[in-house]
Amino acid sequence: MTAGRGETSGMPRWTSSPRVRPEESPAESYDRIAALVQERLPDVVEAAVQDRGELTMFVDRDRLLDVLRLLRDHPDLRFELLSSVSGVDYLNHPDLEDDRRLHSVYHLTSMTYRRRIRVEVAVTVEDAHVPSAVPVYPTADWHERETYDFFGIVYDGHPNLTRIEMPDDWSGHPQRKDYPLGGIPVEYKGAEIAPPEDRRAWA
Amino acid sequence: MTDLYAGPGEETDDARVVTVAGQDWDEVVASTGSSSDDRMIVNMGPQHPSTHGVLRLVLELEGETVITCRPVIGYLHTGIEKTCEYRNWVQGVTLVTRMDYLSNMFNETAYCLAVERLLGIEVPERATVIRVLMMELERIASHLVWLATTGLELGALSIMLYGWRERELILDIKEMVSGLRMNNAYIRPGGLAVDLAPGTEQKIRSFLEIMPKALREYDDLLSGNPIWQKRTQGVGYLDLTGCVALGITGPMIRSAGYAWDLRKTEPYCGYETYDFEVVTHQDADVWARYRIRMDEMAESLKIVEQALDRLRPGPVMVEDRKIAWPAQLALGGDGYGNSLDHVKHIMADSMEALIHHFKLVTEGFRVPAGQVYVPVESPRGELGYHVVADGSNRPFRVHVRDPSFVNLQCAPAVTEGGLIADVIAAVASIDPVMGGVDR
Repeated sequence: MTAGRGETSGMPRWTSSPRVRPEESPAESYDRIAALVQERLPDVVEAAVQDRGELTMFVDRDRLLDVLRLLRDHPDLRFELLSSVSGVDYLNHPDLEDDRRLHSVYHLTSMTYRRRIRVEVAVTVEDAHVPSAVPVYPTADWHERETYDFFGIVYDGHPNLTRIEMPDDWSGHPQRKDYPLGGIPVEYKGAEIAPPEDRRAWA
Repeated sequence: MTDLYAGPGEETDDARVVTVAGQDWDEVVASTGSSSDDRMIVNMGPQHPSTHGVLRLVLELEGETVITCRPVIGYLHTGIEKTCEYRNWVQGVTLVTRMDYLSNMFNETAYCLAVERLLGIEVPERATVIRVLMMELERIASHLVWLATTGLELGALSIMLYGWRERELILDIKEMVSGLRMNNAYIRPGGLAVDLAPGTEQKIRSFLEIMPKALREYDDLLSGNPIWQKRTQGVGYLDLTGCVALGITGPMIRSAGYAWDLRKTEPYCGYETYDFEVVTHQDADVWARYRIRMDEMAESLKIVEQALDRLRPGPVMVEDRKIAWPAQLALGGDGYGNSLDHVKHIMADSMEALIHHFKLVTEGFRVPAGQVYVPVESPRGELGYHVVADGSNRPFRVHVRDPSFVNLQCAPAVTEGGLIADVIAAVASIDPVMGGVDR
């Protein structure tokens, strides 16, 4: 089916040829990507951060699917592959600025341009709803189930948002930072070793 | 409502429940009664030997045809990602290596590359070459396990023995290098735990002499075998559109004709300087994935040889004493690796060195706040580490994008509409390692 067609994106309706810019540095390409998204979808990108050679775009939750569609479909962007969706609970993290501590993080890969970017959505624990990326990237299915399972982020519109790793009747979302580990102190040769949660930490 | 907990022989609203546990088939047939309903739900796994570990497939069958297939995972979930948050950065290696237990070195390398990018450090040349060396040996070992288990599951018992035989040689090398056959914790943030043991190079060279002959042997045994061909050709078809939509990478996407290999497309560890080919195939079926894994082993041998030729004496750990554990170990009288010079230095010469060593081992180093995503090409596809740091001595969050987890999503796509016997071949060709799927 794919033989001889030269079609490698999985998006067969695209016809224009890729415009690779070898002279462009990663930082320049990140600037261009962020500017392009900003131009097409004004006021959606809350912040675009370049750190350690990677671009992170914090976007408005309600427009997430628009951003993903633009990133996937625009001929200059072409992020065909959703590599990963992961949750992060930023409770007590020094970078946390407001009460939106749950982050849903999308790692996108452009197979055409061989580039990666990160799209991030932040929500509060009380209103932990994010639109599901499954209509845009079917691969998000299990990723989002996992993030729901571990962080309790509810992906609205997901076809089957159930627990995936933990048992179906489990209560709570174990990878949240305030989820109790439930360890007990262990005595060994007269010395008592505290459970991991209570051990000394160098913050 | 279906009674999920109905016992054998019990009638539920939907159907009768039958437990098949190795008894006489006549009993099983008798206990099913005379039902006019052709539809049957079969739980394959989680303890089924052909489901590659504790994978459970809920199959809806009509006769022998699979109508729906729903993979159920989570039986091997051990919370490694969460555990990482309560251990320091170096201890993380010991945990992540246990995720995908057939690609220890890939887990370790990807994790360490992530930590090193967070720290902004470069590891010495020799450490990188040894990482490549160990990763490619591991890739061969992993593909051998795939070949052995898939052969076993499709009834080709001999290939299982051969695959295990040669894998043992690689495990011997890994044992010689790291002290452990699996779950090595050999690759550490900043470099390696220890330099190659004396005689390792020779051992790997003798392996390089054995392996091409062994590869020809597997080829002779399987490729011309009509049963093997019929079990694999045209089975488990997934074209490129399906692969990209479902996020499938590794040998599966290459079996659909796309040369997507991170070693070439986004090189890391200096892979751009090695001479090797990315193997692709056009058939997008189990046979294509078999051919790809066979040929990839030959390509990995080429990389191993080049890496061996590049080994130059030098440090295997960064010089920064705030990060580096002593890496120049020697075998002590107790059978454990030890650095006698280092022990003498901290115990006899310098109080400050002792304090520093104690702090480094117990507290560990701190990593500046930030996040990175580092992908490497594992034997199963894109293995990505999303690591978040908060400036302390422990990871704030380690998320693993495991290729087995993502690739297993295509199980319904490659099995539905086919025969139940082909489910085994199709799922085996995905090569899911449940340790990686469930983490």
